[in-house]
Amino acid sequence: MSATPYLSIRSVRKAYSSHGRTTVALGGVDLDVERGSFVSIVGPSGCGKSTLLQIVAGLMPATGGEVRIEDRVVREPPPAAIYVFQQYTRSLYPWKTVERNVAYGLENREALTREGVRARTHEYIGLVKLDGFERHYPWQLSGGMQQRVAIARALACRPDVLLMDEPFSSVDALTRVGLQELVLRLWRELGLTVILVTHDTEEAIYLSTRVVVLSASPAVVSIDLPIDLPHPRDQITTREQPRYLEYRHRVLGKLFTAEGLATGDAAASAPAAQGAA
Amino acid sequence: MKRLLASRWLGVAFIVALLILWELSSAFGWVSSLSWPRISAVFRALWEISVSGELFGELWPSLWRMFAGYFIGVAFGVLIGLLMGSFRTIYSLLEPVTEVLRPIPSPAYVPIAILFLGIDDEMKIFMIAFASFFPVLLNSYSGVRSVDPVLLQTAATFGVRGTRLLWQIVLPSASPYIFTGMRISLAVALIVMVISEMVAASNGIGYFILAAQRGFKIREMFAGVVTLAIVGYALNRIFLAIENFVLAWYQGYTQQQRN
Ligand SMILES: Nc1ncnc2c1ncn2[C@@H]1O[C@H](COP(=O)(O)OP(=O)(O)O)[C@@H](O)[C@H]1O
Ligand SMILES: [Mg+2]
Repeated sequence: MSATPYLSIRSVRKAYSSHGRTTVALGGVDLDVERGSFVSIVGPSGCGKSTLLQIVAGLMPATGGEVRIEDRVVREPPPAAIYVFQQYTRSLYPWKTVERNVAYGLENREALTREGVRARTHEYIGLVKLDGFERHYPWQLSGGMQQRVAIARALACRPDVLLMDEPFSSVDALTRVGLQELVLRLWRELGLTVILVTHDTEEAIYLSTRVVVLSASPAVVSIDLPIDLPHPRDQITTREQPRYLEYRHRVLGKLFTAEGLATGDAAASAPAAQGAA
Repeated sequence: MKRLLASRWLGVAFIVALLILWELSSAFGWVSSLSWPRISAVFRALWEISVSGELFGELWPSLWRMFAGYFIGVAFGVLIGLLMGSFRTIYSLLEPVTEVLRPIPSPAYVPIAILFLGIDDEMKIFMIAFASFFPVLLNSYSGVRSVDPVLLQTAATFGVRGTRLLWQIVLPSASPYIFTGMRISLAVALIVMVISEMVAASNGIGYFILAAQRGFKIREMFAGVVTLAIVGYALNRIFLAIENFVLAWYQGYTQQQRN
């Protein structure tokens, strides 16, 4: 490991106070992310995953600690990173067509000519396979397609880091597989660094080079697990590898213990209780 | 027959029936016919003042005042509504004053406006603008408050803030509300235009109606009122056509949300 990691999260704490009550969501999270890695963050619901990602995205200040990207402290949305919202249906501008939505980020972050914007917009619409839908409005598209528009809009800015908060949580199972493959392909082709928040352990292991499990609130890193599975991954065979199952066993065991779903022999009983995930 | 009963032609037929009733009531003297001319006579008078150019001579100054006042009122209403919706301090500063001024019926401040602005166009335009201002203000404010925070945060991820955010995201998001305010204000502007012309004017449709009544030109008086009905109806239709065009996305969007 080099002396200065690409992206570093140092003792990040976050306390929310509303109506005189203080909730400590993050209790000092430490995490280094290497360039080009695919890191998934899982944890019990309400533990502070979204909070952490929004702090990394510069959308919210931390109460303590700091986030650095290439040694520059993140205080506002950094040029290197783009955040993709979980609520994509609410994140796309309903008065803009697909084309205008994808162009929106570009137009505001970069000084491109009209032609430049057009070319880049079409390139990324093509990359998420939405050619022919340029003139449609987001609300005319299916959930999966809308999420692809949001991804294209983020990637069109050519960020180094893509931050995604439960991007596949509200689409059906097959669409979800399609989106997972899309993100994997884009990660490899574009050399991105991805930080993905998800509540789906299997998805986290399948996609990532590293899975980070957060503890219940106030969250700290409870497991930091490098995922050593060969690329390219395959939705069927990768998920059958003994090592995949081993990872799954460990992560689920930890999560179930944290949620109080299993006790003592948690790790052993975890696979049988998989439906509860 | 069933189809006919459900269609808009039913309403049109009812209007025609009312007009026939009017015609008959006057022809057979059910109502004192001196102040109740036949509707056919009213339409003939309308035709005469139209071809002679008299009607348009009165209508243009009215429409000009109305639109001048309306657009000034709308512009200020949108601007201040956006600011009040976006900045807490501006809201706290202006909210009480608007709540105090808003309930005053427009005709009540005509005498004050005359004192300061005289009886010419300035006074009328001011009156119309002032009355058009409040519905747009309130609706613009509500529109801003109802903008989805996710849309604003999304813009933030692309580094959009300040006036650009206001212009690119807040304004279009709030536009359905703004249009609602503008539609209310359009009706208000028409009313205040007529009132201000009846109080003090030497031309305009409001003046024309009042002058016709005072000169016992009853048919012309009714012709003026019918003109206002036509103008009001046409303005509303034009407004709706523009709204349907500009907010086409919103109709599709809300329909989609409902499914
Ligand atoms: N804006 C807020 N104000 C107060 N408390 C909040 C706010 N956002 C999140 N929280 C609290 O912080 C904790 C972590 O929330 P969140 O980051 O959304 O969790 P996760 O994404 O892991 O489900 C929760 O207990 C939540 O109630
Ligand atoms: Mg969350």
